[in-house]
This record gives sequence, structure tokens and C-alpha cells, in this order.
Amino acid sequence: MSTYTPPTWNNKFVRWFDERLPIVTLMHKELVVYPAPRNLNYWWSFGSLAGIVLVIMIATGVFLAMYYVPHVDHAFDSVERIMRDVNYGWLLRYAHMNGASVFFMLTYIHLFRGLYFGSYKAPREVLWWMGVIILFLMIMTAFMGYVLPWGQMSFWGATVITNLVSAVPLVGGDLVRWLWGGFTVDNPTLNRFFSLHYLLPMLIVAMVMLHLWALHTKKSNNPLGIDCKGPNDYIPFHPYYTVKDLFSLGVLLLFYAYFIFFAPNFFGEADNYIPANPMVTPPHIVPEWYFLPFYAILRAVPDKLGGVLAMLSAILILFVLPWLDTSKVRSATFRPMYKWFFWAFVADCLFLGYLGAMPAAEPYITMIQFATVYYFAHFLVILPALGWFEKPDPLPESISAPVTSQA
Amino acid sequence: MAEAEDNISILGKEVPRRDFLIYGSTALGVAGVALTAWPFIDSMNPAADTLALATTEVDLSPIQEGQSITVKWQGKPVFVRHRTDREIELAKETDVKSLRDPQADDARVQQEPWLIVVGICTHLGCIPLGQKPGEPRGDYSGWFCPCHGSHYDTAGRIRKGPAPLNLAVPPYKFVDDTTILIG
Repeated sequence: MSTYTPPTWNNKFVRWFDERLPIVTLMHKELVVYPAPRNLNYWWSFGSLAGIVLVIMIATGVFLAMYYVPHVDHAFDSVERIMRDVNYGWLLRYAHMNGASVFFMLTYIHLFRGLYFGSYKAPREVLWWMGVIILFLMIMTAFMGYVLPWGQMSFWGATVITNLVSAVPLVGGDLVRWLWGGFTVDNPTLNRFFSLHYLLPMLIVAMVMLHLWALHTKKSNNPLGIDCKGPNDYIPFHPYYTVKDLFSLGVLLLFYAYFIFFAPNFFGEADNYIPANPMVTPPHIVPEWYFLPFYAILRAVPDKLGGVLAMLSAILILFVLPWLDTSKVRSATFRPMYKWFFWAFVADCLFLGYLGAMPAAEPYITMIQFATVYYFAHFLVILPALGWFEKPDPLPESISAPVTSQA
Repeated sequence: MAEAEDNISILGKEVPRRDFLIYGSTALGVAGVALTAWPFIDSMNPAADTLALATTEVDLSPIQEGQSITVKWQGKPVFVRHRTDREIELAKETDVKSLRDPQADDARVQQEPWLIVVGICTHLGCIPLGQKPGEPRGDYSGWFCPCHGSHYDTAGRIRKGPAPLNLAVPPYKFVDDTTILIG
């Protein structure tokens, strides 16, 4: 599939239009005949599912913004009005609220799929970078969105997190005042967070386009982690993977709908149903579940600035991951040692998530410190060393070989 | 510029005249973009109406000894406490060198009975308890932060727990004997 010959369009209008703006040809090339490895498993569905949830988030978000009022005196009440008076307002809000959780869930699985099957390795480093940038944007977007209902958790979460900026030496104080637009989290802060929460998803869409562009330039990785060698290794994306992804979508929607209709507040904090009160702090401030591992890393370092730097590097380190992993073999299927370290790393991330929700007291602090050291050791020590010590299993000669020889 | 028609001297280095024009126009372009960006960035700094709320006046006369009130200053809670003699004594007899953030009591108050501090825990920004009667005041009879268990003494100094610093003393001055102006 190295060369692509566009088909001749039968419909006269399509042909006329496509000669002037070849968008039909582009879609045909990238979505219909796009060559995908024939052996992709269901772990490869999570990327397209995350894309669909992004669309759901934008759709529900735009409609919610029609009824939401970004002012400290009205924000909380306007959300309650959405819940009670706006037609299907409760549905829009619960879909948006739980959508964020589902979006992060899919993205994390997508990310760990990449880690397991070596999808970040040459020649897909730039594709991986675009993904890390998307994760960054998602985190900022979700944080600002959570502030908007102006409940207690919104307010105090915003206070604690924006306060971290004040840890920056010399300009920290000015920076945090600039971020707040005042001397504390207040109406100017809510106002600008609303504006940015509306803007950032557009940037995410743009980054997703670059992500897909990079993907389609170097093509999908696959569970064996070997390159496609001949036409036998490929199948066209449509209808084979469109159908597979649609099936995954069905399963996802069952899961998503369960939370919307039967446990809409499962992922939330009850305290956010109390209007923000700048004079009273809730006893236990926790971020949304999808921030917990990073929040834990933040608390691992007793120093404020050190904590901020540790939390940032936990994500930044992903940028250099393609060069920290020295093994030439992509898929963990053929890496007997990496496989175990991968699952240990998954366990460590889940453990950090658990610890992030625990109070900042002993024995949790010590546990957080061990888990954080392991998190960084995985990237800085284990991965570079494995490339030397590990003896990979023999790789299959091609993707199609096992299938065609059995047939 | 004087010696050769096509070259120009920048910091003692000979540069072709055309390159110099490119550097010059690039520098001008960068400066233009930076100047244009500034109003956008500066628009996010505190607005005039926000700055106008920068000070708070507090009447101290109704606060009896042993009582405290919380006032709002720049959106932040400020603890104003009329300390008892016992509390002042406790604050003064503390060995300053043993403190995490060493500060003598007289460096933290302008008039001994009046302790004025920003009521924000220096750890992660929670509001410590101890303002209302019946609230826990910690092991050092000052304030107790319920978030992560920081204890503050009767001068608002950190004594125990994860917070790194003493409760901040806001800038304030006595306008007359019973009125202070914070900010």
C-alpha cells in the first residue's frame, strides 16, 4: 500500500467538487482504504473511543454553556437550574460530568496500550509526543471545567492547585496573582477559567488531528510490534476496523450510560454540592480521581517547589521515553522481563492513585515516597537497563505468517 | 558603514548590509509582537475594581479579651485576635530557636494584645480552626488546621505538622487606638 491511486468518482457532483477540493479522496484514502495491520486486538479500539468521547464532551459542553452563568453569584445556581429546569439539562450535565471520567479512563488505557506494545518507539516518537501534549491539555481542561460549578471542591481545589504556581522562585507571587486576576480565587478567576475551558478543547481537536496525521504517516503499530511487510499483513480500515470500533463503542456506551443513569455521582465528591465558601475549608480536599497519581507525586516531596517539579516531570518524562527505552524490540509479548516490569509499573500507578486519595499522614507519606521513587526508577533505571540485560524472544517473521501457515 | 558599501559593523564584526537589514527587521518584528502580546497578558492582572478592594478597615473596640473575629481582606480570611495575658505570656516564653520558622513574638505583633494574621494554612491553603469558641485549638492553644494536622501557637507560629511557615502577618497599621487598616 505504498502508492495510493485515487478512484474515479462516478457521481458528477462529487467528481466536480473533488477536483476543486479533494476532500472526498482524502477521506477515502485515510478512512476507507487506509491500510491497518490485520492483527489489531481490542486494545486498539481505545484511541477511536477517546476521540468519540471528545466529540461528546464538546457537544454537551457547548449546550451546557448556553445555560451556565460564569459568575460567582450565579454559577452554582445556574448549574442547579440546568439540573431542574432546562429540558434534559440533568442528562447533559451528567453526560458531561461522567464523560470527563470516561475520557480519562480511555486515554489512560490508550496510553498504557502504547507502553505495553512499544508504540512510542521509532518511527512513532512524534505521534507519541502529540499524545503527551494532548494529555497535558486534557488535564488543564478538566481542571478548569471542575472549577465552573463553584462548589466547595471546585473552589478549594482551584485554590490549592493555583497556589502551587506561587512556588516558582522570584516571580511566583506575581504569577499566581496574574492567574487569579486578584488576590485570591474569585470572580475574575472563574470568568477566565470558563473562557479557557471553552477554548482548550479546540486545541485538543487540533492536536488530535496532528496525532492522527502522524499515525497515518507511519501507520499503526500492532500487538506483535513488527513492521508490516506485504499486502498480506494489511486489511483496509473500512469495513473491518470501523465495525470492530463500532462494537467497542456499543460496549463503551453501555458502561457510560450505566454511570449516567444509575450512578451519576459515583466519580464525584459530595462536597461539591455545597456552594463555594472562601471562609470555610472542607476537611479533606481531594482532586478528581484521574489526577490522584499526580497529586500523590506532588505530596511525595516535602518541599513545595520540589513537589511541583516532581509532578511536572512525571508527565514530562514521557517525552523522552522513546530514548530511555533502549530495547530494539517493540512489543512486550517478546520481552520476557519488560512484561513484568510493565505490570509492576501499572500497579505502582494504581497504588499512587490510591495514596493520592489518602490523608497526608503517616504511613501514607512514606509509601507515597517509595511509589514515586519507583515511578521515576521505571523510566530512568529499569527501562535503560533492560535494553542491555534482557534477551528478547525470537520475533515472528511476519504478521500474516502464523495465520496463513495454519490455514 | 563608512568603510565598505556592502558591509556594516555590528559589535566589531563585519556583516553584509543585506543581512543587517534582515536582522534589523526581524528584531523589529519580534519587538512588535511582544508589544502587541503585552496588553493581552496584562489584561489578566488584577483589574482596577479588584485593586480598589485592596484594603480593609477593622474596628477593634467590640472585641473582648480572649475573643477573635475573622475579617475578609482581598478575599482572604484575616484572623484578628484579642489575646489574653496568658496567651501573650505563652507566646513570649517560647524558645525562638526551637521553632521551625523562628520569629519572636514582638516581630509578629504591633501591639501585644492584638494578633493579626492571614488565616490561611501555609501548607496547602486550608483555613485553620480555632476562631470560634469550642473549636479545637491544637496542642499550642492557637489554631489547628484540620486538613493535614498543622498546629499553630498563640502567635500564629507553626509548631507541629507539615506546614513550612508561620501564619502570614498582613501589612496593617493602627489608624487610631481602636481601628486598624489592613493592606
